[in-house]
Amino acid sequence: MKLRFVLPLVAFFALVGLLWVGLSLDPRALPSPLIGREAPSFDLPELRDPETRFTSAEMLGKPALFNVWASWCVTCRQEHPMLAELRRSGVPVYGLNYKDTRSDALRFLARFGDPYDAIGFDESGMVGIDWGVYATPETFLMDRHGMIRFKHIGMITPDIIEQKILPLYRQLEMES
Amino acid sequence: MSRNRILATCIVGWAALFLTGPVLAQSGPTAPPSEPMVFATEEQEASYQQLVRELRCTVCQNQNLIESNAPLAADLRRQISVMIKDGAQTDEVVEYMVARYGDFVLFRPPKNATTYLLWYGPGALMIIGLTLLGLILWRRRSQVTTDPLSVEEQQRLRRLLDDDEKGSS
Repeated sequence: MKLRFVLPLVAFFALVGLLWVGLSLDPRALPSPLIGREAPSFDLPELRDPETRFTSAEMLGKPALFNVWASWCVTCRQEHPMLAELRRSGVPVYGLNYKDTRSDALRFLARFGDPYDAIGFDESGMVGIDWGVYATPETFLMDRHGMIRFKHIGMITPDIIEQKILPLYRQLEMES
Repeated sequence: MSRNRILATCIVGWAALFLTGPVLAQSGPTAPPSEPMVFATEEQEASYQQLVRELRCTVCQNQNLIESNAPLAADLRRQISVMIKDGAQTDEVVEYMVARYGDFVLFRPPKNATTYLLWYGPGALMIIGLTLLGLILWRRRSQVTTDPLSVEEQQRLRRLLDDDEKGSS
């Protein structure tokens, strides 16, 4: 008889617990199927120098950060100083200028600084699709063999640099 | 509660469980994408129309590719149409999308160990619920005795009814 009253109560609190956990999950943070896989290759014109090409092969040999950005993306503007910070810490920072115009992107870099070693100009967004980009900014960390080891969607914060990117970068540097 | 009514309750429940499934498959808006798509064959057109309804737009997550106005959705629609025109099969396009965006893009996720609960959970819950309901109703019915009243019981019943009539008049 007692079970009859306790059971619905237990079920109710279990449901509350479930919903509570659900509230704290971010539905926009999708697990990338690319983690642990080889980075998709590309061959794009360089943003700052249209005569030259920037290919994915250039990022091999050292662990590297690959940042997808656009001048129309407000969060990218907020994130921008973090990239310079990473560059100062010795991390090679490459960029993918995603669905942008060259003049807007160059104006963005002139105004907010240019921390990139090389930037691919992906006007059509096709390389972005290959990389599974859906919400700029997105940032990938690759090892020296071009395997994607980490992906962050949204703005990089000092916390993420300290707790995720830099420790993983140091670890990848050690790996042969 | 008669035996027939218990049976009827269960039958209605079970029928609801099995009949609602197929109705959902053909629903969804028919708004055309902003750019007209021209395909060589009707099969290509059909597989395109099917794919843009079954693949999720990862930007506006509760819309499929044909409902969404996001630039990425337009790019993906274009990419799918290009692949279909090049002769790609439906499952090849789905594979292409899953390789880039994960199982999340599928409104019909694959059946594997992580999604069994998702796929079969609601059905299992409904079966458990209906079975419990049936059991409870069955037990309640068996608690009601239908033996004829004894002589003393009949006299007592008469007395009670008489009292009641006197009281109310």
